[in-house]
Parts: sequence; structure tokens; C-alpha cells
Amino acid sequence: MRFLRRSGALVALVVACIVGVARYEAFLTVENLSNVLRQNSMLGFVALGMTFVILSGGIDLSVGALLAVAGVVAAMLASQGAIIAIVGGIGAATLLGIVNGLLITKARIQPFIVTLAMLIAARGAALAATAEQSIRVDPTATGLTWLGRGSIGRVPTPIVLLILAYLLGALMLRYTRFGRYVYAIGDSEEAARLMGLRVDRVVIGTYALSGALAGLAGVVLAGRLGAGQPVAGVGWELDAIAAVVVGGTLLTGGQGGAGATLIGVLLLGVIFNLFNLEGTISPWWQWVLRGGFLLGVVIVQSKLQREE
Amino acid sequence: VNWRRLVPGPEYAALGVLIILVLVNALFTPNFGTASNLWNVLLQLSTVMLAAVGMTFVIATGGVDLSVGSTMAIAGAIAAVLAPQGAAISLGAALTGATLVGVLNGTLIAWLRVQPIVVTLATLIAGRGLAQIISHDGELVSIDQPFFLALGRGHVGPVPIPVIVALTAVAAAVFVLRATTLGRYVLAVGGNARAARLAGVPVRKTLITVYAASAFLSGVAGLIVAARLGASDAAKIGQNMELDAIAAVVVGGTALAGGRATIGGTVVGALIMQVIATSFNMLLVPYSWSLALKAAIILIAVYLQRGKRA
Repeated sequence: MRFLRRSGALVALVVACIVGVARYEAFLTVENLSNVLRQNSMLGFVALGMTFVILSGGIDLSVGALLAVAGVVAAMLASQGAIIAIVGGIGAATLLGIVNGLLITKARIQPFIVTLAMLIAARGAALAATAEQSIRVDPTATGLTWLGRGSIGRVPTPIVLLILAYLLGALMLRYTRFGRYVYAIGDSEEAARLMGLRVDRVVIGTYALSGALAGLAGVVLAGRLGAGQPVAGVGWELDAIAAVVVGGTLLTGGQGGAGATLIGVLLLGVIFNLFNLEGTISPWWQWVLRGGFLLGVVIVQSKLQREE
Repeated sequence: VNWRRLVPGPEYAALGVLIILVLVNALFTPNFGTASNLWNVLLQLSTVMLAAVGMTFVIATGGVDLSVGSTMAIAGAIAAVLAPQGAAISLGAALTGATLVGVLNGTLIAWLRVQPIVVTLATLIAGRGLAQIISHDGELVSIDQPFFLALGRGHVGPVPIPVIVALTAVAAAVFVLRATTLGRYVLAVGGNARAARLAGVPVRKTLITVYAASAFLSGVAGLIVAARLGASDAAKIGQNMELDAIAAVVVGGTALAGGRATIGGTVVGALIMQVIATSFNMLLVPYSWSLALKAAIILIAVYLQRGKRA
């Protein structure tokens, strides 16, 4: 039972893959699997940032809007060269993440409300800056399009970035002071404060990181589409929260990790892929099944948790 | 003279913001202070108000209901599909269907103790899909049932029917919160669920009732939107309503932590949001800027009120 609670999502992922292999010839092909990874890489970045925030006991509803801001900024800066575009896009989103963190720690407003307001304001800013049009990426910024469409050797760039991000994220949570403090604060913010941890700094750090990763997702998406869209990423905060929760990270903070979230992202991605391979399930039934699946997972989790 | 006494307490912050907004608009926005615009603001407001009143109860118990928009779409879809069967059947079935979503939410939250944000996130996702399936697999189902259409388009004297419906809901909510045991239970559960249980409050029943009420009111809001559109548009109806409703509630002064509720505050909160939207619209300021102001208002109002619980 202990194993199930810790690795329920992994078991489900293995089962989903076995179903895929047994039922669809097209499932276990390099092309299909690399497609699943590539399509889910951007949600993967966002969900990784969300993991840090949720582990520290917060929530970040603004990630979808920050993603749009980053994509728009990158597309606008693309004529200045790819590096400036990428750094500018990710930097803008990181800055807004820091604003989230400052409002939460210094003005002491709940994360839910701060990031809800940021969702609204950042989406507004993205729409205002672009006059509600999508901005084409200057074709000379090959570095930016490479992020979305290119590959390193035979592996698509987004997949390499995804693996790197999760590796770094997992190492950070496990071995750095920042990572340990994130868990401590999520477990009990007051205890962490009494122990002398600089709670505010760490919390601001988690929202900055969440902003940066949402920014990375936005820049990769802009590279892939060849355009920065002010309406990109609508509703992604919900998908990211779903992936984190399905992976097994508790919304109350203090328990879970980067690996768990990666499994959550992959599980949702593979299930979606199976729906597509089946081919006869309408997109609306897919929503119903996704919602039902999310419910099923959290119900099982809550049962297993209470038994422990 | 103690000047500090002249500064109104934080509980009046939202009302103050609203009064300033209305005065500034009456002075500087052409046609803002006319009767037809007043009715227009209230008409636009009525659906958010319904969802926000339900949300006030949910938030007062310490929960949150993200599924209100999807529930609106479900109600609109059921009613439109069944409209040829007559108003009683179609509206009755729609409100029953919507309420069932809330009962499901409440049951999972109360009995399985899954966090409200996760449960209602799941019903948000599944509910939107369900609404599409009900409306003949994502078709626009048009409505030509006169009684149903009147719900969104009719007037009693100069007063639009949606406004009457919303005001009725507000009055009923104030009554329930102030004068009934259920209202006491809601605040007790939100204040401290354990203590409430030990004091004999039927915590589970209260939670299920509250989520059912939220879904029922969302259902009514969905019917009004569908009637105004003259069709069930399952992709559009209630989209992002959860955020507007939550914003109205917190701007009005109901704390997300639970244990407190002010319906009057929610009305003021919803009015603030709508006045901003309407006046920006009339001044031809781009939609994007009204979003930025909305965000600022949410933060300022919550910031001013945050001392209350300490």
C-alpha cells in the first residue's frame, strides 16, 4: 500500500503504456513517443514551476498568462537576435513571477488572489502590447525557432530541454538549501520562520522560478509556432495543477517532487495520446474522461493517504 | 480631533471604491448616468451576481467552486435541447442537472475529503465536455420557446427579468445567512470544521447543501445567458465565470479562508467589476486595459481588507 501511494501514478503510467502497446501498433514507435514528449514539453515546464510553488504551500494561477507574455515579448524582440529574444521573454515572465512573490510575502495577500489578479493583468498586458494580434517571429531569429522546431542530434530540442529542466529541478529540490527550505516551508511555514529560515526569500524564489519556467514554455511555443500569441496558454494553470496533483504532490504543500510531476505530465499526455490513437472518441468525451480521471486519481490518493 | 476616526474602516473599502468609481464616471463618462445605462449595467451584472452569491456561501465554508462556468453551460445545454418539450420540463431538467453537479462536488468534498479546488477543477473540465455532448455533440442548439426566452429578454415595467431573478437570489441569500440555522452552520464550518463537528453541526450535509446551492444558482445564470443568446453555445456560456465570481466575492470582503460571509459585499464587488467594464467600454478604452484595472482593484480591495482577520 505504501508503494502504491508513493507510486500510484507511475503504476498507472505503466498500465497506460501496456494498454497502448497491446492495442495500437502505432503507439510504440519513435515518432509517436517523441511526439507525445514534444507536445507535452511545454506543459511540463509550467508544471515543474507549479510543483515548486505548490510544495511551498502556494498556488500560481498566472502561469498561462505569463507564458503568453513571454511568447509575445520574445516575438517582438526577435529582430534583435535570438538570444535577446529568448532572454527577454523569459526575463519578462520571471519579473512578473517576482512581483507575485513580493505581493504575497510583503503585502501578505493570499497566493490565490495575487496570482488570479496577475492572470488577469498579464493577459491584459499581452493583449494590449500586441493590439490583440499575433506577432510573427522574425525569420532571422533562427535560434528561437530552433528552440521549438529544431533538434540536438536526433532528439527534438524541447525534449532535451524537458529532460534537463526536470533533472535540474529534482537535484535542486533534493540537494540545495533552497530546495530543502521549499519543503520545510510547505510543511509548516510558521515552524520554518521560527527556525530562522528566510521564508520570504524562498517563497519569492518559487514564484520567480514558476514565472521563469512558464516563460521558457512561452518562448519554446513561440519558436514552434513561429509567432507570439497573446491568447496562448489560456487555461494552462488548470492543466498544470492537474498534472501536479495526478503525479502525487499534495496541494497542502510539503510532500511530492519533480519526478512525481513529470510522471503526472506523461500520464496525462499518454492518456490523451491513447484517445487520439483510438480515434473514435470525440474531443468532448475526452474532456469528460480527463475530468473523471482526475477525480478518480484524487479519490484513490485521499483513501490511501488516510489509511497511512 | 482624532482624524483617524474620519477614515472609514476597511470593511467599507469596497463600498468606497464603488462610490468613487460611480461618481467619476457620472462626471466624466458621457451617458453613464442615464437610466438606460443603469439597467444595462444591472442586466450585464445579473449572471455574475447569481454565480457570485453561490460562491460566497462556498467560500464562507472555506472552499471554492471552480465549476460554476461549466455548470452554467450544462444547464443551458439541457434546457435548449429539451425546449421543444415545454418550459416546465426543460427548465426543470436543466436546474436539476445543474444541482446534481453541485451535489457531486459536495459529496466528494464532504465524504472523501478531497480538496474543493481539485474536485471542482475536475468537474470544470468534465462538465464543459458534458455540456458539449448534451448539445448534440457541440452544435449550437437554438431556442424558440417563448417562456424560456423571456427569462433572458423579458421586462417587468422597465426592469429586465434577469435583474429581478438576481435580486431575488440576493435577498434569499441574505435571509439564509442571517436568519436560518443553515447560515449559522455555513459560518461555523468555515470558521473551524472540527469544532463545528464537535458542536453537533452536520458538517457534511452543510457542505453538500452549499455546493448544490452554488450549482443551482449557476444553473439559473446559465439559463439566463442561453435565453439572451437565443441558443445553447456550450463552448462559450460561462467561460471564465469562476474567476469573475471569485473576484467579486473577495473584492466584496469575504475572506478566502472561510468563516465569514457578506452578501452585501459580494453585490458591491460584482458592481465594481461591472462598472469598470461598462465605463471602459463606453469610453472606448481597449478591453485589455480594463483587465489591468480589474486586477489592480482586486489587489487593492483585498489589501485594504486584510487587517480584518488579524
